[in-house]
Amino acid sequence: MFEHALESNQAEKRLNTLMRYLPKSPSDRAAMLKAIGVRSIDDLFAPIPAQYRLNRDLAVPRQMAESEIVDWFKQRAKENADGYTSFLGAGAYLHYRPVVIDALVQRGEFLTSYTPYQAEFAQGTLQAIFEFQTMVSELTGMDVANASMYDGSTGAAEAIMMAVRITGRHGAVIARTLHPEYREVIATYATHQGIPLTTVAYTDSGRIDLKALESAITDQTACVLIQSPNFFGTIEDVEAIAEIAHKRGALLIVSIAEAVSLGIVEPPRAADIVSMEAQSFGVPLGFGGPYCGVLATKEKFVRQMPGRLAGQTVDKNGKRGFVLTLATREQHIRREKATSNICTNQALVALMVNIFMVVNGKIGLRELAKQNLAKTAYAADQFARHSKVLFAGAPRFNEFVVVTSEDPAAINSRLLGHQIVGGLPLKKFYPELGHAALWCCTELTTRSMIDTAVGLVAQSERAARTMKEVEEPEVVR
Amino acid sequence: MKHMTRKATRHISQNEGLIFEKSSPGKAAWKLPPLDVPEVDTAKMLGKQERKDLGSMPEVSEIEIIRHFTRLSTWNYAIDLGMFPLGSCTMKYNPRVNEFVSRIEGLANGHPYQPEKISQGALRILKTLSDCLIEITGMDAITLQPAAGAHGELTGLLLVRAYHDSKGNARKKIIIPDSAHGTNPATAATAGYAVENLKSNDKGQVDVAALAAQMNEDVAALMLTNPNTLGVFEHDIHEIAEIMHAKGGLLYMDGANMNALVGKARPGDFGVDVMHLNLHKTFSTPHGGGGPGSGPVAVKKILEPFLPKPVVVTRPDGTLAFEYNRPQSVGRVRAFYGNFGMFIRALAYIFANGPDGLRQTTEDAVLNANYIRKGLEGVYDLPYSTPSMHEVVFSDKVQSKKGVHTVDVAKRLIDYGFHPYTMAFPLIVPGALMIEPTESEPKEELDLFIEAMKSIAEEVEEDPQFVLAAPHNTRISRLDEVAAARKPVLRWKPETT
Repeated sequence: MFEHALESNQAEKRLNTLMRYLPKSPSDRAAMLKAIGVRSIDDLFAPIPAQYRLNRDLAVPRQMAESEIVDWFKQRAKENADGYTSFLGAGAYLHYRPVVIDALVQRGEFLTSYTPYQAEFAQGTLQAIFEFQTMVSELTGMDVANASMYDGSTGAAEAIMMAVRITGRHGAVIARTLHPEYREVIATYATHQGIPLTTVAYTDSGRIDLKALESAITDQTACVLIQSPNFFGTIEDVEAIAEIAHKRGALLIVSIAEAVSLGIVEPPRAADIVSMEAQSFGVPLGFGGPYCGVLATKEKFVRQMPGRLAGQTVDKNGKRGFVLTLATREQHIRREKATSNICTNQALVALMVNIFMVVNGKIGLRELAKQNLAKTAYAADQFARHSKVLFAGAPRFNEFVVVTSEDPAAINSRLLGHQIVGGLPLKKFYPELGHAALWCCTELTTRSMIDTAVGLVAQSERAARTMKEVEEPEVVR
Repeated sequence: MKHMTRKATRHISQNEGLIFEKSSPGKAAWKLPPLDVPEVDTAKMLGKQERKDLGSMPEVSEIEIIRHFTRLSTWNYAIDLGMFPLGSCTMKYNPRVNEFVSRIEGLANGHPYQPEKISQGALRILKTLSDCLIEITGMDAITLQPAAGAHGELTGLLLVRAYHDSKGNARKKIIIPDSAHGTNPATAATAGYAVENLKSNDKGQVDVAALAAQMNEDVAALMLTNPNTLGVFEHDIHEIAEIMHAKGGLLYMDGANMNALVGKARPGDFGVDVMHLNLHKTFSTPHGGGGPGSGPVAVKKILEPFLPKPVVVTRPDGTLAFEYNRPQSVGRVRAFYGNFGMFIRALAYIFANGPDGLRQTTEDAVLNANYIRKGLEGVYDLPYSTPSMHEVVFSDKVQSKKGVHTVDVAKRLIDYGFHPYTMAFPLIVPGALMIEPTESEPKEELDLFIEAMKSIAEEVEEDPQFVLAAPHNTRISRLDEVAAARKPVLRWKPETT
């Protein structure tokens, strides 16, 4: 099953006992066994019933040298899309990652430390979390934020469960413009929580249908969950949605999948809970993870929020310090009555996000968002000269939907030949949109990349028109 | 200080304020390239949706950022500095090659939606890791999607529910031993199950007779950690599995303590139907101050149809692909495919070890725990004398007579240059000291730890007040946690003038 077949001979076996991660010599082991008072290591495994002890080598690849490991993964990297220009977004965005991020998160004191339960010995992590919570609160327009959730999809599911606890109601109304995979995750969680879900359609502006929303909310609706900018890149009218939700006593949860938008788009201050995927802030695309979810909310709801929280306090001498706090919400104290079963979160990824926010700061984040807006506006205009660009009626951030005459999957396979990964075909998620694809531009998308892609799509449109002209006379006849 | 430690000494520690306190207008650490497309009128484009101000976001230069986070980092303890004996957390060495290979361009930059044709390398990593983990656990199939251990538990219980559902009755309860980690009951509740507690016997193991009496057709599964949180292998595992299976129930294994078993025994061989692994424990991916983790769930054949989608399949032409058409799947538990970066690291760890290295690792982990047990027996109370595997649990019974509790010993251990052990559980041991050294500790470090623990025990006898006031050598002393919780300050705010 593996390329690296198992070779075993005595000499190699002896060499293999030199395992580079294990800091013991055979004489150390012998001395320790003697101190313990057992004859051999097997004595220590005697508690495992004999019939269940494995008396053979595991069939995994043989021990490899570091150089071989690096080589194996470099080979895999070559089989991937390295060097392609990509117009993919849809919940995972390619932004520039300042090099100081990896320089700092690879410090062993961050990388190889544990959850900061021993505050005196973990002030670095705790203060960093406190700063993270501050910046996420500031950017999202909320009062408080937690230390992180697994990702945007599970964070959104947890936000719904939080709203159910706060309101004592059990239903959730969800926008169809929420990321389709987030909706799938929510469905998985909701099924077993007994939370009925209602989905609300979008209008031809690409925004949630407010009339349909109004009639979908009942007095058993705990929350309305929307995404803004939504899956199509369209910015929702959060205030109007909040008013509709609040009028009926439901909470509003806003999911943000593209954090960079917060540099130029007004945050959802009218929301009660914000669930953000912060991958855009300095986290590698990494084929989908690890990413960084985070929940933020109003102060009055903090005790119903899941996830770790760092709080400021003082030590015996009055010196400022930070601790994990409000732990009575969490599983290690409350067990089955906890707000969530979450334990391990995304701490080191949250530190990447933290450093990204600090590097860009108050002015840089705005300028970064403006460049995204400008590139996208240019690209959408260029595409619109040849194809139909949907949802022009509402403002958008850095994504837009292009409808072509030809199936976008077919166009994309031609673009691949030019080292370009085209927009995401939407047929799988939104079959009603026909030959639609979701395109994304960031500050890293150059004008020439856009022009090349537009040119190739235009070729497809011309070919389709020619085809139609050839076909049409036959239809007339 | 009467008792000096050989491991650590004081050194200069830099003071550092909050990043916001260093901020002032006009400083910056960013630079964007010139815009190559026409500028846009943001007010016109966004209207009332335009954000005008980013409030108190910081403005600082690059050197200040480097110093800020470097100074903060020096206030942390870490595996790279020394032994980190947190029980059930498996704080082992995090190999640096793992970090290197996870950052190779082409792996780090892969977009989750890029076409499969140009994702074969990533798919091969998913497939190879899956194959290795299936072999290591002795199970039949696996999902890598869950993002952490608790997320794996949830996924596992959703599989259990789907399985029972397919038989016409989802059942109502999950049985959980009283020695379990807190996530187990919290997970059962999240999966919509009621929790039924199972008492341990006087050996700290599952009381088989009690289990037999509690087991009935309402019970969906037993969630068992094996070795359990006392570091004890459930000797009656065969009977436990039989009791569950006889009434149609399933055996779930929390794989938090898999570091005691890899290469020595396989859960799939001893009757486990579904289990999760913690790649951030057993398979050396870094804890990073609390995450990210990764919690793959391995299952027997009977549960395979219910695995989260997509799953990786091999096409007839040998290429790999994602399969979405899984009608019996529990659905997705996370967007995309899981914490892929952790898969790379775990696989690099497996490659670096090979079958012999994995086995030697397990043996050394068990050797280290028993060496500590031997060294501290008689000094600290050992509530259960049942043989230990990879971790050992003492109690503060002796020390508490002097008013010193496990938390105080832990705080004093910090002065000696060690991270404390786990205290929060197992709940069946009041005042627990749960110690898991892992295989990564040389004999010298273990000797220093034993020496430190003995020295603290002496201090407790001689001067309990001194231990109660610990830590003495850290940059801050014990923090007021009550005040922190009573009036929470969870973010910085600019001073109002």
